[in-house]
Amino acid sequence: MNSEAFRKNDQSVFYAVLGVIGLVVMAGLGAAYYMEHHGHVVTGMTNQIVWGLPHVFALFLIVAASGVLNVASIGSVFGKPAYKARAPLSGLLAIAMLAGGLMVLMLDLGRADRLIIAMTYLNFKSVFALNVFLYTVFFTVVALYLWTLMDRKMHGYSKYVGLAAFIWRLALTTGTGAIFGFLVARQAYGTALLAPMFIIMSFSYGLAVFLVAQAVMYRWNKRTLDEAVLRRMKNLLGVFVAAVLYLTAVYHMTNLYFAKQVDFEHFILLDGGIYTKLFWIGQILIGSILPLFLLFTTKKCSTVVFASLLVILGAFAQLYVFIIGGQAFPLNLFPGMEATSSFFDSGIHSYSPSLPEFLLGLGGLAAAVLITVIAAKVLNFMPKEDYSQAAH
Amino acid sequence: MSKTDNSRRQFIGAGVAAAAGLVIAPGVTLLDLAHARPADEAASSANRWGMLIDSTKCATGCNDCVTACGKENGVASTGHPEIDPQWIRKIELKEVKSGRSHSLPMMCQHCAEPPCVDVCPTGASFKRADGIVLVDRHICIGCRYCMMACPYKARSFVAEPITDQKPGRPRGVGTVEACTMCVERVDAGMSPACVEACSSANHGAMLFGDLNDSNSEISKRIATYATTQVRADLALNTGVRYQGI
Ligand code: SF4
Repeated sequence: MNSEAFRKNDQSVFYAVLGVIGLVVMAGLGAAYYMEHHGHVVTGMTNQIVWGLPHVFALFLIVAASGVLNVASIGSVFGKPAYKARAPLSGLLAIAMLAGGLMVLMLDLGRADRLIIAMTYLNFKSVFALNVFLYTVFFTVVALYLWTLMDRKMHGYSKYVGLAAFIWRLALTTGTGAIFGFLVARQAYGTALLAPMFIIMSFSYGLAVFLVAQAVMYRWNKRTLDEAVLRRMKNLLGVFVAAVLYLTAVYHMTNLYFAKQVDFEHFILLDGGIYTKLFWIGQILIGSILPLFLLFTTKKCSTVVFASLLVILGAFAQLYVFIIGGQAFPLNLFPGMEATSSFFDSGIHSYSPSLPEFLLGLGGLAAAVLITVIAAKVLNFMPKEDYSQAAH
Repeated sequence: MSKTDNSRRQFIGAGVAAAAGLVIAPGVTLLDLAHARPADEAASSANRWGMLIDSTKCATGCNDCVTACGKENGVASTGHPEIDPQWIRKIELKEVKSGRSHSLPMMCQHCAEPPCVDVCPTGASFKRADGIVLVDRHICIGCRYCMMACPYKARSFVAEPITDQKPGRPRGVGTVEACTMCVERVDAGMSPACVEACSSANHGAMLFGDLNDSNSEISKRIATYATTQVRADLALNTGVRYQGI
């Protein structure tokens, strides 16, 4: 069946695009197989940097997955029609990105073949295990929610299921933040601030992804997005980006306040090499200030999309600094002493991501795109309200 | 004793019993537990195995404990220092202000409240009733969350297939491992390989014993001298204690 979403387009172009995305997914799976076969020695990950690039991709996808659902929540829970029309697309993106993110996390495991163990042996004290539960319910609730949105007979329930999905997504992001919040031993993590910070990050990443996906769908169908809708959404993204900036400042200020964290802050903010650069240039300049400026000065759809892409780039920079920079700084076992050993107890740990890791991460991203594209082809996810009057 | 500890106890009891019966090659039994406690008897919370390390007796450059550990457990360098598993390592310390230096072995501290056990999604990381913290290599999925959580950098990830495993010392690519306090030796009534090596070379920097037994040498020394737990601020109640730092 051919839906509105791709109605007007040349089938062959569609399948070519699909093929390219499929190839990227295959490359990711191939990389995972390669890593599994040879062991993680073929990656840049070590006993110092135990979580690497795959985790940056996975975390981005998972955090953005919960955030992208906000569009639906604003529609269903807070009753804004412009957002409600976009709820199905938002739900679809949420499911697709969560699936992509989990794929990366799973395939990066040292023993990815033990999936069954991962699902059946649960230590309920573990935040990780809690997250497995949160993800499963999230899939179910969002799928139900999509059903209530897309099946006329079920419309009556959409508000309630939408509310459930909204509450669950908050729980899910809190859970994701808590994965790091519980790591009390490491200076970068182990603060309760991470839960609200991850929630705000998800708002911003999610909306940025949504704006890009929406623009692609409109462009594909040669439709123009309603100006008022665009204005509202871009302003909202601006607010979210500013909020992330604010919480980032609070996070670093709080760290600076504690004497034992000062060295770590010094590392990230001043002399951490790649991490310092990624922080100031990637996250702050490219990922926050520039998009903020663009979002509040432009009216053009293409500029908004560009700004959204910058926000996504900034998100990757932020997560890279957070996950890898946080591990690059050595654990301090003996305060006031200099430690040296053959096990890298001193100095900044180095990390150079390898191609398989990158391909695995990219494969997860591509999987999310693939799921979205196929679903959008089969079912109707095109935002509805400005559909009929949309000019081109 | 908490419920988890109980089930752990049953689990390890069963595991040890099964392991004891395992035969790798004809005539070679994986574990020989007969001397200490019967194979079907679970580790008991009546004991808490621990170590006391006296850094004043530990010489800079001495690596005897590390060598013994490697030999005992089949942990060897693979030529990639950044991914080589290290169950025990020597740390050289220098006080920034005074310049005073120490040397000490660092390994899994066998915490009473182990963060690795709390975070492990599958329960592969567990603490035996007698306080020894272990990884069940059959359940570990290799997520490395425990390595993120460990304050002591005590755990290593096996990033390459292992070919020359020692019988009775299970290791495997894709899983996480760490000091087991030579649990097999402890169960057989011996002390860990590192401790034995240290005392047979007459350094006497490492002492192994039961922290729960007030008459044990280790308990007496802890009652007499000032000892420290590394990262005591985290209140993990470590089984490995240090003197002289
Ligand atoms: S790596 Fe293994 S032992 Fe460590 S937390 Fe993951 S499953 Fe548990």
